[in-house]
Amino acid sequence: MNKNDAIVEDNVGSQSGDTMLEVRSITKKFGDLVANDAVSLKVTKGEIHALLGENGAGKSTLVKMLYGSLQPDGGEIVWHGNRVEILTPSQARNTGIGMVFQHFSLFDSLSVAENIALSLGKENDLRDIGQKAREVSEEYGLPLQPDTIIGDMSVGERQRVEIVRCLLQNPELIILDEPTSVLTPQEADNLFETLARLKSEGRSILYISHRLDEVRQMCDHATILRHGKVVGECTPANETAASLANPMVGEEVGDVSRAAVTTSAGDVLLELNNVNQPAPTPFAIALRDVNLKVRAGEVVGIAGVAGNGQSELFDAVSGETLSLQNSDIRMRGNDCGTLGITGRRKLGAAFVAEERLGHSAVPDLSLSENLVLARHGSDAQTFLGMGSLGVIRKNVTRQVTKRIVEEMDVRKSGEDPDASSLSGGNLQKFIMGRELDRQPSILVINQPTWGVDAGAAQKIRQAVIDLARSGSAVVVISQDLDEIMEISDRIAVMSDGSLSEPENAETITREDIGLKMGGLGHG
Amino acid sequence: MRIELERRAAHSKLFSVLSPFIALGLTLIAGVIMFTALGLNPINALYSFFIEPLTEIWSVHELIIKATPLVLIAVGLSVCFSSNNWNIGAEGQLVMGAVAGSILPIMYPELTGWWVLILILLMGMAGGAAWAAIPAFFKNRFGANEILTSLMLVYVAQLFLDWLVRGRWRNPEGYNFPESRTFTDWQTLPEIFPSSGPAHYGAVLALIVVFIAWFMMGKTLKGFQVKVIGQAPRAGRFAGFSAKKMTMVAFLISGALAGLAGISEITGVIKQLQPTISPGYGFAAIIVAFLGRLNPLGVLAAGLILALSYLGGEAAQISLGISDKVGRVFQGVLLFFVLASDTLIHYKIKFIRSTKRSAQT
Repeated sequence: MNKNDAIVEDNVGSQSGDTMLEVRSITKKFGDLVANDAVSLKVTKGEIHALLGENGAGKSTLVKMLYGSLQPDGGEIVWHGNRVEILTPSQARNTGIGMVFQHFSLFDSLSVAENIALSLGKENDLRDIGQKAREVSEEYGLPLQPDTIIGDMSVGERQRVEIVRCLLQNPELIILDEPTSVLTPQEADNLFETLARLKSEGRSILYISHRLDEVRQMCDHATILRHGKVVGECTPANETAASLANPMVGEEVGDVSRAAVTTSAGDVLLELNNVNQPAPTPFAIALRDVNLKVRAGEVVGIAGVAGNGQSELFDAVSGETLSLQNSDIRMRGNDCGTLGITGRRKLGAAFVAEERLGHSAVPDLSLSENLVLARHGSDAQTFLGMGSLGVIRKNVTRQVTKRIVEEMDVRKSGEDPDASSLSGGNLQKFIMGRELDRQPSILVINQPTWGVDAGAAQKIRQAVIDLARSGSAVVVISQDLDEIMEISDRIAVMSDGSLSEPENAETITREDIGLKMGGLGHG
Repeated sequence: MRIELERRAAHSKLFSVLSPFIALGLTLIAGVIMFTALGLNPINALYSFFIEPLTEIWSVHELIIKATPLVLIAVGLSVCFSSNNWNIGAEGQLVMGAVAGSILPIMYPELTGWWVLILILLMGMAGGAAWAAIPAFFKNRFGANEILTSLMLVYVAQLFLDWLVRGRWRNPEGYNFPESRTFTDWQTLPEIFPSSGPAHYGAVLALIVVFIAWFMMGKTLKGFQVKVIGQAPRAGRFAGFSAKKMTMVAFLISGALAGLAGISEITGVIKQLQPTISPGYGFAAIIVAFLGRLNPLGVLAAGLILALSYLGGEAAQISLGISDKVGRVFQGVLLFFVLASDTLIHYKIKFIRSTKRSAQT
């Protein structure tokens, strides 16, 4: 036996012949946290099996154990009727388990063939690999040029490289970790075709996703995890999105209610006029002729694939990056292109950044201190005392923190805990609450519900819509197209630093948006 | 087998508080080993090193005198380090503070009046701040590493002082010794309790500085700014705080306090300029800042402990007949254990066996 093969302990057969993988009461603990609590699931040959659950439900932990990057504390993995122990990823690959990661593990400066060669080991010739990669990629409808440098490729293409690399090892089971979160709808459709083909060859796929619609379309079977336990198993095609989501969050998730825009011709509160900005670093995107007018009472959604200038746009609007011309950006009729973020907040604007820890909030500071972080300028009268000494009034900031926590239903331990001790969803609720509590007339949010559980996401979206209906102008930048469609009145698309003309959300189709994401809709 | 540091999921609050004490305990254990290896009775040696200097009024005065510059500098450094700016050149800022503050007493020795001393102290602070502004400027303008630039400027400052006291500023009546003229009473810091010992009003200044820094860091928006920029620069930008301004302010504060330490040492203790005016206070203050957990009140306590290591070094020389470098060894060992304890609060050591693991673990 090759030393890299998984250790086959004993034959525990006695099961139906087409079960490829069986996980029996597998348990993994990290300190006090039980990430997987006696999780069991079965994957049969030739099925696409969905693994559903909120962030932190234990999906990634489970697949990492299947792929040998983590070791279980208890339970067993059965592969084709034999109990196996998978100690390293290379053992997993030799066993027949391949994995495509959510965050790609490719070297930007190397070519496709070189990247693949790195994972295959040294006995392979680079030219052979290139040839094989080309054959496999054509066979599965994943066109690739083996000598292209990874750095020049789009996100969708990079994912193809990962998949081809995985396929070259001829796996029987392929694990895909949130594969569509970085793809345009068209790219996702291509991926689904590839998956269907893999399935028809008798390979199985373990598919992690939080996009319930695609799970319902594609997957034959689903296992739902919550807090590290299996809480449901079903055939997704027989379920609705809501009936899939409910066990994930353990509570009924309602739909966001959206009243029609009453003041259709509200004043323009936020205006971007031909904003041009060179890329500050080689990895950033330059903004090109960005125009946008947002009126009181409406939510404008900005869709786009990650890394097309959304964060640069956010920084330009928030004032973290200043424009060259003061007239580039106007808020409530005031030119403020060269005004810093504190000045813009004083004009009535509020901002919620994409990264919660380290951008919107400081991890090791308490919630009340993080309140001061964003509001020391706009609420200086209330929060600061003793004139120019600027003494922070801790009793006031604690009170306001308490009010926000109650208003947004933030679950926390302790009176005023550190931001890092909250879960992602609860911290995002607090950060949203911190800004909403001011009743800002302009609100700009980047990825409002990224990594947030369904219950909190629904609350955040509702709060955003309610704020707009009370007469504020709201801009939501999001990669989640469902979210954009759900809450926006008008939708614009960001592609390579340019922003498309916003269109009415009632009339725009997903296909239109998809084309614009790919940079075909304009210019 | 290899050894890795693995980040702990949560760090213990209890051990965060205990860590300086654990470090002190481990330093004492290391001391026992060291003295035993030197062939001395470790208990006697530790007694004469750490306890004996506290048994006489005279040596308590010495302790305060040694602690004063350490505390002054370390308070400034704790503000600077908290903002994630690494000023390693406080020793040079101390020297330049002493030089700038000595301009009046050396070039205009005839000046009298109560304002002279105040002016001297202010000029000392300005000198240290100006010297510290150089690495801050280079960091902001060119992205130069402030650790290197501030450290290198220490040697420039020390050689500049050496050149001054051997050249232009040498005392005309000093028999060619490399020293400046001695300062007059109007130009020196008075003693607090002249009858009992030589501790000077620099100690009072240090206490005031500790209080102001504690108030600023704990209560005001400015201190909040320091913490935010130090912990999460991106969040600092989101809050509208300028990291570049903060770099300059942090260096100016720590430089000014190092300068004040230098000029109070000159006006309070030495009372003239000499080629060497500090036994490494600027470097020892780095240990003080970390041992005091970058908290001004903690710095006050840590400053006294480090001052003791200087006194102990001198005492060991006399009563045990060993080199006063032993004091430096204690300082180094202490810094090592402080940093190690702090690291182990956040990380745990993991031994990774390269051989295959057996069945279920």
